[in-house]
Amino acid sequence: MATGPSPWVTSFDYEEKDLKVIGKNPADRSDALEKVTGRARFAADYNLPGQLVGCVLRSPHAHARVLSIDTSAAESLPGVKAVVTRDDFPDLQSEVAAAGELMVNYRDVTRNIMAREKVFYDGHAVAAVAATDRRTAKQALKLIRVDYDVLPHVIDVVEAMQPDAPLLHENQFTAGITPKPDRPSNIATQMTSKLGDVVTGFKQADLVIEREFNTKPIHQGYIEPHACVANYTSGGGGSAEVWASTQGHFVFQAQIAKVLQMDISKVRVNPAELGGGFGGKNTVYLEPLAVLLSKKSGAPVKMKMDRNEVLRATGPTSGTNTKVKIGVTKDGKITAAQAELNYQSGAFPGSALALATMTVFTRYDLKNVLVVGHDVTCNRPKVAAYRAPGAPMIAFAVESVMDELAEGLGMDPIDLRLLNAASEGTKTHMGGTLDRIGYVETLEAAKAHEHLKTPLGPNQGRGIATGYWFTLGNETSGTLNISTDGTAAFIYGTVDVAGGSRTVFAQMIAEELGIALDKVRVIQSDTSSLGFNFTTAGSRGTAAGGTVAVKTCRDAIVRMCEIAARIWDVDVEQVSWKDGHAVPAGANVGEFEPLSVADLAKQASWYGGTIAGHAELNVAGGGPGFGAHLVDVEVDRETGAVKVLRYSIIQDAGKAVFPDYVKAQFHGGAVQGIGMALNEEYIYNDKGIMENAGFLDYRIPVASDVPFIDTTIVEVPSPNHPYGVRGIGEVPIIPPLAAISNAIYDAVGVRMRDHPMSPPKVLKALSGT
Amino acid sequence: MNNTQYKAPASVEKAIELFSGAEIGGKLLAGGTDLLVQMHSDMIAPALLIDLKKIPQLRAIEKEADGYRIGAAVSGVELMNHTGFCTTWPGVMDGVKLIGSLQVKGRASVGGNICNASPAADSVPPMIAAGALATVVGPDGARIVPVEDIGVAPGRNSLQQGEIVVSFLLPNQLAGSGGAYQRFTPRTEMDIAVVGVAVNLTLDKAGICSHARVAVGAVAEKVLLVKQAGDALIGTRVQDDATDNLVTAVRAACRPIDDKRGTREFRVQVAGVLARRVVATALERAKGSGQNP
Ligand SMILES: Cc1cc2nc3c(=O)[nH]c(=O)nc-3n(C[C@H](O)[C@H](O)[C@H](O)COP(=O)(O)OP(=O)(O)OC[C@H]3O[C@@H](n4cnc5c(N)ncnc54)[C@H](O)[C@@H]3O)c2cc1C
Repeated sequence: MATGPSPWVTSFDYEEKDLKVIGKNPADRSDALEKVTGRARFAADYNLPGQLVGCVLRSPHAHARVLSIDTSAAESLPGVKAVVTRDDFPDLQSEVAAAGELMVNYRDVTRNIMAREKVFYDGHAVAAVAATDRRTAKQALKLIRVDYDVLPHVIDVVEAMQPDAPLLHENQFTAGITPKPDRPSNIATQMTSKLGDVVTGFKQADLVIEREFNTKPIHQGYIEPHACVANYTSGGGGSAEVWASTQGHFVFQAQIAKVLQMDISKVRVNPAELGGGFGGKNTVYLEPLAVLLSKKSGAPVKMKMDRNEVLRATGPTSGTNTKVKIGVTKDGKITAAQAELNYQSGAFPGSALALATMTVFTRYDLKNVLVVGHDVTCNRPKVAAYRAPGAPMIAFAVESVMDELAEGLGMDPIDLRLLNAASEGTKTHMGGTLDRIGYVETLEAAKAHEHLKTPLGPNQGRGIATGYWFTLGNETSGTLNISTDGTAAFIYGTVDVAGGSRTVFAQMIAEELGIALDKVRVIQSDTSSLGFNFTTAGSRGTAAGGTVAVKTCRDAIVRMCEIAARIWDVDVEQVSWKDGHAVPAGANVGEFEPLSVADLAKQASWYGGTIAGHAELNVAGGGPGFGAHLVDVEVDRETGAVKVLRYSIIQDAGKAVFPDYVKAQFHGGAVQGIGMALNEEYIYNDKGIMENAGFLDYRIPVASDVPFIDTTIVEVPSPNHPYGVRGIGEVPIIPPLAAISNAIYDAVGVRMRDHPMSPPKVLKALSGT
Repeated sequence: MNNTQYKAPASVEKAIELFSGAEIGGKLLAGGTDLLVQMHSDMIAPALLIDLKKIPQLRAIEKEADGYRIGAAVSGVELMNHTGFCTTWPGVMDGVKLIGSLQVKGRASVGGNICNASPAADSVPPMIAAGALATVVGPDGARIVPVEDIGVAPGRNSLQQGEIVVSFLLPNQLAGSGGAYQRFTPRTEMDIAVVGVAVNLTLDKAGICSHARVAVGAVAEKVLLVKQAGDALIGTRVQDDATDNLVTAVRAACRPIDDKRGTREFRVQVAGVLARRVVATALERAKGSGQNP
C-alpha cells in the first residue's frame, strides 16, 4: 500500500458569503441539557440484561518476565464465568495502522491490552475475569497466581537511552540509522527533519542560544474513566456489539476485529456520550477483553476502570528531554534553528515524536533547520495522543529560547516573532509550503491587546508564547435525511468529542439548506450506519465533519432541484438553489413560485422518492491554526507558589461557527496547559511504581486555580474549507508551558526549564539566585 | 464493597454497646467523607457501620461555663453557620473551612478529621493550638484526652477498643486572644496540606504574649504540638526576634519524609514561612478581640 499523503482527497473552496446561522451563538445547544441534568448516557450508563462484571488483574511490577499464570482457583470460585489471559489472544505480527494522530502497531496493541512475554509497566494487564458481580470478580483476581521474574526497569527517557540501560525489547534495533546497529536499544527510532544547512546558518548568527529542557509525563485527565459493555453472539459465525467510550468507533471496530481475529463487519461499536478523551480514547484497552469474556461466558460483560487504573494503565503523553538551539542576527532574523527531541513512548514504540519532529519550528519562516528525534521505550504505559501530541513540550523549549533571544537582542518578544513569522508560501521543514494562514494577524492582535498595557506589581511578571497545529482531514462520511415535513436529520460518523459537533453540524446544515436551526437534528452514528470514519483527532471534528455535512446538503440540493424540475416540467439545468429554495435559473425558464425544502419534501414521494444526501470523503487536511497566549503570574518568593493572575488567548479559528464554543475550546486547552505547567506529573518510586495514581495527588487544576480567561478570535479563513474553518481544539494547549515559564522569569528572574514548575522546584530555583 | 450492615443508634450508650459488642468489625461513621472513600477504594471492608449522627450529644454546639463544647459529629457547615463559635475561634474555623469543598464540609466533622488521624488533617493543628480537650467515652467510662494525644500515626489513633469521641471542649480564653491556621497546597482547594501551621496566642494588656500554642501538620507521623515554638513567643511582644525564634523552633521540630506531596527540604522551609504568616494573622486577631470572656 502506498504511504504518505493521498492525492485522492476532497476539499471545497472557501466562499465568502452572507451568513445567517454560522458565526452566531445558538441559544440551544443540543447536548447541554442532558449533560447538566445528568441524563446524558456515557459508556458506563449502558447495561444489558444478565450482564457480568469484568475486572482486570494488573502487574504490580514495572518490568518482569511472566513465567506462568495459574487461573484455576479463580475459575472455580462460584460466580466466576470466564477468565482470560495471554493464552486466549492470538499473537499478531508487526503491522502499523493509524489510530488518531499517533500510529499503532498491532503486534504491540495485543501486548498492551494483555501482557504476553513480559509486563512492561506497573498496571499492565495480565488477566481479566468476568463474574456475576464486582465483589466476586475482585475476589477472583486475588486468586490468580502469576509467577514473575522481576527485571530491572527504567522510567526516565535520558536514562533509557543509555547503552547499559535495562532493555525492554530484545529485538528492538534503532530504526532510521544506517547501517542497522548491532545491539538492541530502547531507542526505537531516530528521525530527522531538515531544511537548508544549519552549520552555515549558525555562522551567520550574532547571537546563539542553546538550552535543555525536561518535561514529566502527564495524563489527559478526562473525567470519564474508560468503560464498555460488550455482547458476543455466536450465531452467524460470531459477531459482537460494543458500547464504548471512544473518539473513533470505526477505529475501535477495526482494532477489536484485528486483535480477536474477527471480520470487521461482524463487530459493531456504538460510541456513547464522551466524557473527555483528548487523544486518550483513540485505542482500545478494555473492549477486546470484554468481547472475549463475553464470548467465553456467553453473557454480556461490562467493564470500567477506576481512576487508579486510568492513571496507571492508559495513555499519558511522553515525558521528554529536548535541546533547542536558535541563532539570530543582531536585527533579530533567525539564521538557523536546531533541536534534539527525546520522547518517551512508554512500553512500546510510537510516541508523538514524528509529529513533534515535523512541527518544532513551523510557525517561523526559516531557511536552515535540523531536528533529530528519538522515540524511546521505557517502563511506563504506552503513550497515547494528548491534544496536540508532543507539541506543548517542544513549544516550551522553542518559545522559552525565543524569549531569551528577544531579551538578548533587547527586542520586544512579539516583534521578534513577527519578524520571523511564517505566512502563505513559507516553506516548512516538514515539507511543503503553507497555505493562507493567520499567524501574523494573530501576533498583531496580541500586540494590540489591552492586556499588555496593564501595569504589574512586585513579584509579578508577564509571559508570551505562541503555538501552531495542523488540522487533520481523513476518511469522513455522513448521511442527511430530509423527512417528508422538510426537517433534516444528519447522521455523522465522527465522534462529538467536545460536545459542540452536533450544534455546529446543525448550523452548517441550516445555513446550506436555508432552513431553521431547530429543524435540524444531528445524530451520532454507530459503525453500522455509515461507512468508515477516521478517529476524531487532530482537531478535525468541525473541519472535516463539517465538510461532510456541507457535502451531504449539496447532494440533497441536487436531488431537490431534480424534483423541482419535475414539478415544473423543466430541465434540471433550469433550476437553481437560492436562499433555501428551488428557483427558476433564469427569467426565460418561466414563472414559478420558489419551492422550499418543505414544499419539495412533501411532493418528493411522487416525483422520485426520498430526499437524502450522502458523503463518503477523504477530506483534505490543512487549515493550520496559530495562537498566542499572554499570561501574568505572581510568584510567592517564600513558597515558590505561582499564581496565574491573568490569561489572554488570541487564536486564528479560520471561521468560528459557534463562537462561544470556540472560546470554550480555547479555555479548556489553556487550562490543561496551565495544569501541565504548574503541577501535573507522574511520580514513580524507585521500584517504578506510580505513586500518585489518583486526582488527589495527580494535581489537575481546580476552578479556583485559574482566572477568567480572555479570548480573542482571529478569523483568517482556511482556503480549503467551505466556511473557512480551521481546527481549533489543539492549539490552545501548546503555548501555556512556555508562556508561564517566561512570565515566571519576568517576575522573579529565574528560568524554569524543568517541568512541572511546581512550588518546590520554583523555590529551589529561587534559592539558587 | 462488602455486605455492610448499617446502624444508627440514638444514644452514646447504644453506640458503645454496638461498637464494643462482639466480634463484628465495626466502624464509626460521622460524615463518612474519609470512611466511605476508604471503603470505595477497597482499603477497608467493615461489617458494621455505626452512624453517630443520630446521637444528639454528638451534634450539639453549646456555650458552657468552661468554654465552647462541640459534638464530635458536628459538620463543618454547621460550625460555619454558628456565629458565636466563629467569632470566638477564628483559627479553628480557618482549618474547618479548608476541608474539601462546600459539599464535603456539609458532611465532614471535626471529630472525623481528628479520629481519622491523618497528619495533614486541617482542623487538627488549630484544635491543638486552641488546647481543645476531647471527651472520650468507652465501655469503661469516660476520660478527657487532649486533642494532640489522639492521633498516633497515619490512620491510627489512640482510642481504645469500643471508645468514641463524644465532644470537644475549647476552653475559655482571656481577652486579647487570637488564633490562625494556614496550610500550603499546590492547588487553591481540594488538595491536601503539604504543611499546615496553627497558632493560638494571648496578649496581656501591655501587649506582651502571655500564652501561645503552636501546632504543625504534615511534617511528622502525626500533628505536632511544638512547645518550644509557643515558648518562643511567651514574654515577648511577638516581634522580629521572637518570630525568628518561633520559625527556628518550628523548623527544628519538623521531621517530614520525602514523598509525592512534597520534599523534606520544602516542607521544613515552608513550615517556617507559614509559622511567620499565621502569627501575623493571630496577632491581628488578638489585637482586635476585646469581646472574649
Ligand atoms: C473531596 C474531599 C476533600 C477533602 N479535603 C480535605 C481537606 O482539605 N482537609 C482535610 O483535613 N480533610 C479533607 N478531607 C478528608 C475528610 O473530609 C475529613 O478528614 C473530615 O473531617 C472527616 O470527617 P467525617 O465526619 O467525614 O469522618 P468519617 O469519614 O465519618 O470518619 C473518619 C474516621 O474517624 C472515625 N470517627 C469518626 N467519628 C468518630 C468519633 N466520634 N469517635 C471515634 N472515631 C470516629 C471513623 O470511624 C473513621 O475512621 C477531604 C475528603 C474528601 C472526600
